[in-house]
Amino acid sequence: MMLGGINPAVLIASLMVAAVPIILAAIGELVVEKAGVLNLGVEGMMIMGAICGFAAAVATGSPLMGFVGGALGGAALSVIFALLTQFLMANQVATGLALTLFGLGLSSLIGQGYVGIKPPPTARLDLGPLSDIPVLGTILFRHDVMVYVSVAAVAVVWAVLRYTRTGLVLRAVGENHDAAHALGYHVIRIRFLAILFGGAMAGLGGAYLSLIRVPQWTDGITAGAGWIALAIVVFASWKPWRVLLGAYLFGGIAVLQLNLQAAGARIPVEYLSMSPYLITILVLVIMSADKSRAAAAAPAALGKNFHASR
Amino acid sequence: MNRRTLLASAAIGLGLSMTGAAFAQDKLKVGFIYVGPIGDGGWTFQHNEGRLALEAEYGDRIETVYQESVPEGADAERVLTQMALGGADIIFTTSFGYMDATNAVAAKFPNVKFEHATGFKREHPNVATYNARFYEGRAVMGTIGGRMTKSNKIGYIGSFPIPEVIQGINASYIHAKKVNPDVTMSVVWAYTWFDPAKEADAAKALIEQGVDVILAHTDSTAPLAEAAKTPGVIGFGQASDMISYAPSPRVSSIIDNWAPYYIERVGMLLDGTWESTDAWEGIGGGEVKIGEITDAVPAEVKAEAEALAASIADGSYHPFTGPLNKQDGSAWLAEGETADDATLAGMNFYVEGITGDIPK
Repeated sequence: MMLGGINPAVLIASLMVAAVPIILAAIGELVVEKAGVLNLGVEGMMIMGAICGFAAAVATGSPLMGFVGGALGGAALSVIFALLTQFLMANQVATGLALTLFGLGLSSLIGQGYVGIKPPPTARLDLGPLSDIPVLGTILFRHDVMVYVSVAAVAVVWAVLRYTRTGLVLRAVGENHDAAHALGYHVIRIRFLAILFGGAMAGLGGAYLSLIRVPQWTDGITAGAGWIALAIVVFASWKPWRVLLGAYLFGGIAVLQLNLQAAGARIPVEYLSMSPYLITILVLVIMSADKSRAAAAAPAALGKNFHASR
Repeated sequence: MNRRTLLASAAIGLGLSMTGAAFAQDKLKVGFIYVGPIGDGGWTFQHNEGRLALEAEYGDRIETVYQESVPEGADAERVLTQMALGGADIIFTTSFGYMDATNAVAAKFPNVKFEHATGFKREHPNVATYNARFYEGRAVMGTIGGRMTKSNKIGYIGSFPIPEVIQGINASYIHAKKVNPDVTMSVVWAYTWFDPAKEADAAKALIEQGVDVILAHTDSTAPLAEAAKTPGVIGFGQASDMISYAPSPRVSSIIDNWAPYYIERVGMLLDGTWESTDAWEGIGGGEVKIGEITDAVPAEVKAEAEALAASIADGSYHPFTGPLNKQDGSAWLAEGETADDATLAGMNFYVEGITGDIPK
């Protein structure tokens, strides 16, 4: 089946791949923000994940170790943020921005020796006969493992936030840290762990870029993906499945517009180029249009530092 | 940090950089503004190679400074002003989008020389422009592409619809068509110079459309990395040799060689003979080099491509030689007529046979 010279099955398969880095980074940031911390350093943590993952994969020859390295790299950078904001009470916005700048610079320094090197290839997950199902096989069963991990991560975060005690405590800390503290929860410790998780997920997203999507190391490889992830968390009003939807919309339209151009569709390129941003924002804003609920969606303590002395 | 401390620290920072400039006044300070990171492996990498060649050539007589990843537009003006205030004597701005910013800042600093790459505006006596005839290289790539394609579909990843890119699209199409009349060309505009993920996606979209020869006019090596995933798809190094992707998908490359120009111009400034000029050299002048054609290309195609490059270099052949029509079918160049530089520098039309519109 072809539509306007484009095979929809191949397109959907590409969009799932294109959205992975954004999903991973955004779902991590969602947890961080649900805990009441605004970490604007996603871009920096992603790119640290990209270079650390790349370096680890090249050193060990194993893509799996690459992803572990990427997660560790992202988490390591987020430790700096956590120490500054949780223990030294630094301003979260300024610290997050500084983290991005620091991450971009540090990754470039670490990456000096890795330009032009090819990482070990990541094999597609072999799902046997499932991959051969027409259409559905192309869309769902011919991906690398990280595509499935990204969807699973959304499901797990959603389930944990919604159905578990851990999720409830995390949300409590994000809504009202004084109350959570009064109930005996360790606000700082919980936030620290949430920030680490966010860093690790952003690192995974970055590693996906450098190991699978682009497969190479180039300075500034994330080129703004972290900022898109941040925006999607807000426009998705802090709901995990909407993050997935937003990322697929963004990734999907970004891929679609390139395909339309390649297929020679007669739509002005300017409109095609702006469409991913425009449509993603429009759809998510309309979904969150109910004002009373939208206001309730943002964690009440978002961006506020907590100190136990009060 | 509140706003006042922020301002205060900014002022201190500025003060420090000014004192730094005062100490270094006996040296000529050469500044570079880059559109991407120097590790992009392509465009900016090559400009930086030129900067390093300058340092090697003049040693202690000069000092170089550079700023990476400067966005085109208003930000460029701020960075340029800062660099001029910081004591730079000559500043090379290395992307088309810095054109207006370069001229605007040049008006404010008449004693600082500005050199703008790939642009055409020289509004002040202290502004010079320089460019390379990349389209000559594109003609060679087009020839190889036209011979090598099996699907008869060639893809071109454009950055922005500016004359330099359109020259490249036209030159590669004309020469692919010349050796393979069945060739069609799909152009995808990425609207970025540097975004590896997007460049990879663009290459992927082209490959999904059946394209098996990819020409990229963006700065990173990502399109080659994407081409490497699909057997049978070839591409070319762009701006830099990108030899790590040889022998395939990278079968050849267009290498920008800025070092001779930078050395010449800074030398002129040291001698006091610098003046505003418009330099535009190609294969013949050594500014554009054709990277080694690998064994993935049949010997006769390689010989044909090398012969074409040689004829361009010695001036016996011009890549835009008539008869050529514009896309709408109107006559552009008559039989044997060659394009003049002014038309090329402002090229805003496709030649006949390319489908699609150039974004305005």
